[in-house]
Amino acid sequence: MATLQADYATPETERTPVVKLYLAIGLIVFAALMLVGVLMRAAQGASLSSIGPALFYQLMTLHGAGMVGTAGLAALAVNWYFLSRYVRLNPRVFLGALILSLVAVAMIVGAIMIGKFAAGWTFLYPLPANPLGQWGTGAALFFVAGLLVLGVAFLLVYLDMGLAIVRRYGSIARALGLPMLFGLERVDSAHPPTVVASAMVLIVNVAGIAAGAVVLVMTMLHLVFPALAPDALLMKNLIYFFGHVFINATIYSAVIAVYEILPLYARRPWKVSRPFLAAWLAVTLMVLAVYPHHLLMDFALPAWMAVMGQILSYTSGIPVLVVTAFGGLMLIYRSGIRWDAASSLLVLGLFGWAVGIVPAVIDGMISVNLVMHNTQWVPGHFHFYLLIGVVPMVLGFASYLGSNGEQGQTGRLGVGVFAVGAVLLCLTFLVSGANSVPRRFAVHEEAWQWLGNLGALSGGLVLIGTLMIALPILMRLPRARLSAV
Amino acid sequence: MQTAVLLITLLGMALVAAAFYVVVARSGPRDDDYSGITQQGYLIRRWWFLFLCGFGVLVSAWSLIPFPLQAGGVGAPRAIDVTGRMWSWDIASSSAQVGESVRFRVTSADVNHGFALYGPDDQIVAQTQAMPGYVNEVDVTFEQPGQYRVLCLEYCGLAHHAMAAEITVSEGS
Ligand code: HEM
Ligand SMILES: [Cu+2]
Ligand SMILES: [Cu+2]
Repeated sequence: MATLQADYATPETERTPVVKLYLAIGLIVFAALMLVGVLMRAAQGASLSSIGPALFYQLMTLHGAGMVGTAGLAALAVNWYFLSRYVRLNPRVFLGALILSLVAVAMIVGAIMIGKFAAGWTFLYPLPANPLGQWGTGAALFFVAGLLVLGVAFLLVYLDMGLAIVRRYGSIARALGLPMLFGLERVDSAHPPTVVASAMVLIVNVAGIAAGAVVLVMTMLHLVFPALAPDALLMKNLIYFFGHVFINATIYSAVIAVYEILPLYARRPWKVSRPFLAAWLAVTLMVLAVYPHHLLMDFALPAWMAVMGQILSYTSGIPVLVVTAFGGLMLIYRSGIRWDAASSLLVLGLFGWAVGIVPAVIDGMISVNLVMHNTQWVPGHFHFYLLIGVVPMVLGFASYLGSNGEQGQTGRLGVGVFAVGAVLLCLTFLVSGANSVPRRFAVHEEAWQWLGNLGALSGGLVLIGTLMIALPILMRLPRARLSAV
Repeated sequence: MQTAVLLITLLGMALVAAAFYVVVARSGPRDDDYSGITQQGYLIRRWWFLFLCGFGVLVSAWSLIPFPLQAGGVGAPRAIDVTGRMWSWDIASSSAQVGESVRFRVTSADVNHGFALYGPDDQIVAQTQAMPGYVNEVDVTFEQPGQYRVLCLEYCGLAHHAMAAEITVSEGS
């Protein structure tokens, strides 16, 4: 078995250098975009009058596209690093994807900051082609093409991952554990959770990015030939399918860090079992089917889609709460775990993900959505997932790899500052949402502004905490001999 | 409505936080009998799972029957056509009586907008998307007198936040 494993695995020396690059770039960009977030929240609090609406919406587009892309790439690095233990991945493809992504970033940032493109990261058709003079067709084309290049980068890595998985496990379905789940094969407790998660991510995100590519190409065609005007509702469906799947694939990739590292801390195994496999199959299907919860206010769609959106948005939370979060807690309970920066961050990530389900599911109810849709309730719930879920998972991964989690007093304090700031920031969004404060507003009414200011302060805390954790890692990363996981 | 939603949410989140707190507080000292812990854990997990399923069925039934987007009032409500465009609202009639039910028929002349009706207390009463090529209908019964406002809740460019209109609701005779 050991020799077999070595035959399939990626050689140890090839596993680390590119991952280090991804992480270093990711941490720096996260911090920079957090600053952008703080500026936006301060502008909403009216304490930064120098940010007018035009700049605000550019920053909003930058923060949204940048955060989603960076989180996606950082989570991809988590996924790649751990999957490469089990299958032979090609580091050159992985590096190529990074270079392509940087090209994409240049196009996207250029489109926003030079071309003044500001249609939001969801580039909701037909806004990119109807800016009323705010930006040019060229800027919109650059932005859309940039996203397309980013998508290609992801697909290249997924292709390599998919082939490698098939070489070792025979098929993606087998990697997902379907034969074991349905009793065709005995449950092999040595089958790595990482492989199961990778299979799920591959399935959903290839579909998601494919839909994204279709809608991006249609948007480009429309930009060049305005007479080619696709149906707005169709485009909306495609965009939200893509956006929902992509961001979910990001979370489900990042959680691999928890599956792999937390057991080392707890000195207990995290093994696959029937419920585990069932949960991941369910998640695969539900992530693909739940996107209509973004379209509950589109009454032109058939009612069954809204009903399905509501029900699936509830059931999507169950596997997380019952299998992943619960499993993590069981692992920790009476384990004598060492609480350092890495372990605290990983558990914080699990917490952010689990707790974010509550506001998400509630907003997924049609009758609630009627008064909460597109209020700041929405950034409230997804900052729980992303800021308190994905980001700590990535930071925990980086801390473990770069410093073996040992970041001393500063590290632990950093985690505390981060956690307090992040929870406060998310709460300012939720409370704003409950006060009917719209999302994506450059200018807030006076009664709402205190929440903006409080949010800006909390965001400042988040940034300080992030730097306290990330700076020492960044200084050590180039020389770090990565831990043997 | 919104306050209740916020309180329920905070309660649910506090429960999740409490679960994490309890376990983290009991993360030591080490108990080497992990299979004993998992056995107990699986038992709790089974009930937790069944609870979530049962709770979901109840809440779904309660919140979906009758379907929440159907017209609630009796009789045919007065129809008011609404068109959103960058960056203003075209509303066929901007006055109504307390207690009156109206049906807003909402569309857009250019990009996606969001039609959101704010009550005199500045809370959203109802909303729907304003889409080019489609008409979405939303029924509203005006319950309070005063100034209602319409804001745009789908991002539509530079003056998205300034795309507002007013509807005056007066006491009936
Ligand atoms: C210090 C930390 C952060 C602050 C202060 C912050 C602040 C903000 C603000 C003010 C908005 C606009 C809210 C509105 O619609 O009114 C926003 C939107 C958003 N944020 Fe953050 N954020 C932070 C971290 C993050 C992280 C870590 C992620 C993802 C990994 C993220 C992803 C997003 C996304 C996707 C949007 C939506 C943009 C849009 O509506 O187009 N944010 N954030
Ligand atoms: Cu979604
Ligand atoms: Cu708008």
